[in-house]
Amino acid sequence: MFRALADPTRRDIFERVIGRGLSVSTLAHDYEMSFAAVQKHVSVLERAALVTKERHGREQIVHGNVSTLRRATELLKAFEEIWIGRATRIAEILGEKGSE
Amino acid sequence: MMTVISTVADPETLSLTVVAEFEASPERVWGVWENPRHLERWWGPPSYPATFTRHDFSVGGESRYYMTGPDGGTPHGYWRMFTIDEPNQLEFANGLAGDDGEPQLGVEPMAAHVTFELIDGGTRMTSMSSFVDAAQMKTMLDMGMSEGMTQAVSQIDELL
Repeated sequence: MFRALADPTRRDIFERVIGRGLSVSTLAHDYEMSFAAVQKHVSVLERAALVTKERHGREQIVHGNVSTLRRATELLKAFEEIWIGRATRIAEILGEKGSE
Repeated sequence: MMTVISTVADPETLSLTVVAEFEASPERVWGVWENPRHLERWWGPPSYPATFTRHDFSVGGESRYYMTGPDGGTPHGYWRMFTIDEPNQLEFANGLAGDDGEPQLGVEPMAAHVTFELIDGGTRMTSMSSFVDAAQMKTMLDMGMSEGMTQAVSQIDELL
């Protein structure tokens, strides 16, 4: 999995900001950790391009990056094609006489 | 008989599961993984065949291989075996190697877990791949493991 999402708090933050933006202070309110600790988690997600921060007055709004997931989907699709090709070739080899 | 019966890709966990069924016993399907001369006939596509120069198919064992591209390029890769449970399952890391064929540090290998189940008239093979980020996936794809990959990768680049 995305290394940045291996941490349960970060995974939770990411899932909450997909589809709607939330301020760092709103997020911080829901976790038993300091504002700074939550901000640190958000920075890790930001470096992995999973979220972007947007300044809104005195607040920082965190948005989930759907495009990063979309890109991951495209990359996974390429690996899916690779495995379909491999399985097809394995079937051919197994179907040959004398390959017992 | 349809070979690939289902695929599940999860972009959040960066995992891919591909289920295929073969009209052959698990022992025979296991054999196409164990025998490097069979393995190199299916690991890479016809346009990018793989050559295994080492294939130590045992727990802790490693493999070395390279692909030969249409342009004559030979990207190298390696495997490191974690589980060898014949003919039920195998787990290994598949990573990028340098021109000397040795594992490249700094590029994390992808993880693969493959299971083989006896089903009526054959074997169900489930391959699960997992990745750590998009950069790793892109690096592995750049090895040119798929037919028409150049096109697929350039389409992905456009999404960046």
